[in-house]
Amino acid sequence: MKSLTPPLLRCLCLNRSMDFIRPKRMLYFWIDKIRNVLLRLSWHLVHSIINLCYFTTGMVHALESHLISRGLLRKYKSLHISKIRYLAIVIESEDACRTSNVIELLQWLAALGIKHVSLYDNEGLLKKSKDIILEKFDGAVLFQDTHENNVLLDQPRMTLEFVSFYDGKEAVARAANVLLMKYIKSGGIGSNQGEQIFTESQMSEALKTVGSGGPEPDLLLIYGPARCHLGFPAWRMRYTEIQHMGPLTCMTYGSLIKAIYRFTTVRQNYGK
Amino acid sequence: MSFLRNKTGMLINEDVLGRLFSGWTSMLRKCMFRVLRAGPIPRHVAIIMDGNRRYAKRKRLQEGTGHDAGAMALLYLLVYCYELGIKYVTAYAFSIDNFKRNPEEVQKIMDLMMESVFLLARLSKIYSLRVHFAGNLQLLSADLRKAAKKLMENTADNSNLVLTICVSYTCSDEILHAIEESCKEKTKIAGRDDRGQGTDRVIKLVDIEKHMYMAVVPDPDIIIRTGGEWRLSNFLLWQSCCCHLSSIFTVWPEFGVLHLVWVVLDFQHKYTYFARKKNAIVDLGNG
Repeated sequence: MKSLTPPLLRCLCLNRSMDFIRPKRMLYFWIDKIRNVLLRLSWHLVHSIINLCYFTTGMVHALESHLISRGLLRKYKSLHISKIRYLAIVIESEDACRTSNVIELLQWLAALGIKHVSLYDNEGLLKKSKDIILEKFDGAVLFQDTHENNVLLDQPRMTLEFVSFYDGKEAVARAANVLLMKYIKSGGIGSNQGEQIFTESQMSEALKTVGSGGPEPDLLLIYGPARCHLGFPAWRMRYTEIQHMGPLTCMTYGSLIKAIYRFTTVRQNYGK
Repeated sequence: MSFLRNKTGMLINEDVLGRLFSGWTSMLRKCMFRVLRAGPIPRHVAIIMDGNRRYAKRKRLQEGTGHDAGAMALLYLLVYCYELGIKYVTAYAFSIDNFKRNPEEVQKIMDLMMESVFLLARLSKIYSLRVHFAGNLQLLSADLRKAAKKLMENTADNSNLVLTICVSYTCSDEILHAIEESCKEKTKIAGRDDRGQGTDRVIKLVDIEKHMYMAVVPDPDIIIRTGGEWRLSNFLLWQSCCCHLSSIFTVWPEFGVLHLVWVVLDFQHKYTYFARKKNAIVDLGNG
């Protein structure tokens, strides 16, 4: 019998171990697959429970909203509307073309006594439809930057402002160039001493110069599927209360009253 | 001495960390996280840590102990985010507006921040944690500023988890700072070469964004505010265009793993919408 040479012996051992490893690898592969499937199923189960929770809370909110609209809940009967000097509404762009819903919302706000409203959608569809909205909702005038805040408050009719993504980051870049001109004219004073070169009021003035000034809203209502401000101008949202109202198609008068009531009960420390 | 500190006055030590990573609660937590990871996980979570003083008042603790409890809660959150696979965490530790508070409270918070710097330096060696401080650090004391800068330098190469602590920060100050830096940059370009192209002297959006304090990290996917309030208080207003804003009623020291799980589940529920919005806003920005 031919003696087994070392390479042949090594080859035989390797084959034997490979015969053992292959089923082991297959086993681990299938265990891994089954584990991933079970994890995925668990994930879907958890999300089904979440959907059920959302559905239930949606029903409760709808019922509460209905009761508020009917005036059956006493605490919502008296609202301190004067606390809201300026209200902003963020509308999801996919719903921004629903001008009838927008007009109905504005009519509710006008009936409540809100004097200044800013309408925002990030693609600027509301800006494009502003003539239609102003024509159909004849209780409003267009906001002009030249208005001072106290003149704004004295307006008998509602002032409407239309804002888009163009008035956010892009406006800050345009305002930065206004400040750059001032900086160059002043010879770059303060640049080497580590001092602050520009103040917040200078920035606000620069934003007004480029046509994107406007007061900071007290309350911002988001009509969309998620609580996200979608790029509302950052400079104007520092201490603004943000409330999510759900999709525009599901808006109700009762939920609007509830949001405003909640705002009137909030107390801000402004960092103190 | 607060009940949160051990006999030597230290906020936390290796025993506490060891307890976090062992035991049946740790196993249960890891199982929950395995299930969560079957879906999309947010890359960046930001937190407004509101409610420390209310917590101390409710528990009848010494003044300032609420902030100690808040620091512990942040440490626990870092561990949870590390296990869940969240790469970036940003915490709103101290606003420029907070300097208006009682000087003793401000000093207490600054002392806690200094202690946290040393604690994070130890942790960064174990968990490859990168620490970044975002804000107007010139308003801090020289010692704290120096310690913060040293920690940033020492951890610059770490990459497992990036913690950004917003201290002496407001978004309006961040925007102003970015514009100031852009103005200095453009003035230098104009000074170097008078024959430079006209557009080189124009500040563009990309110039402002690169000078933001938060330029080192991507935009947040979720901003969580504890304490039941629904405002951003001048935090990450610029970076939160496509960000899920989550308000939790619980005060910050009581924020736990289940709250984080809930927030992530909520994010996953709306993930498709946010992914679509991010693409839409990028397209708007490009043109």
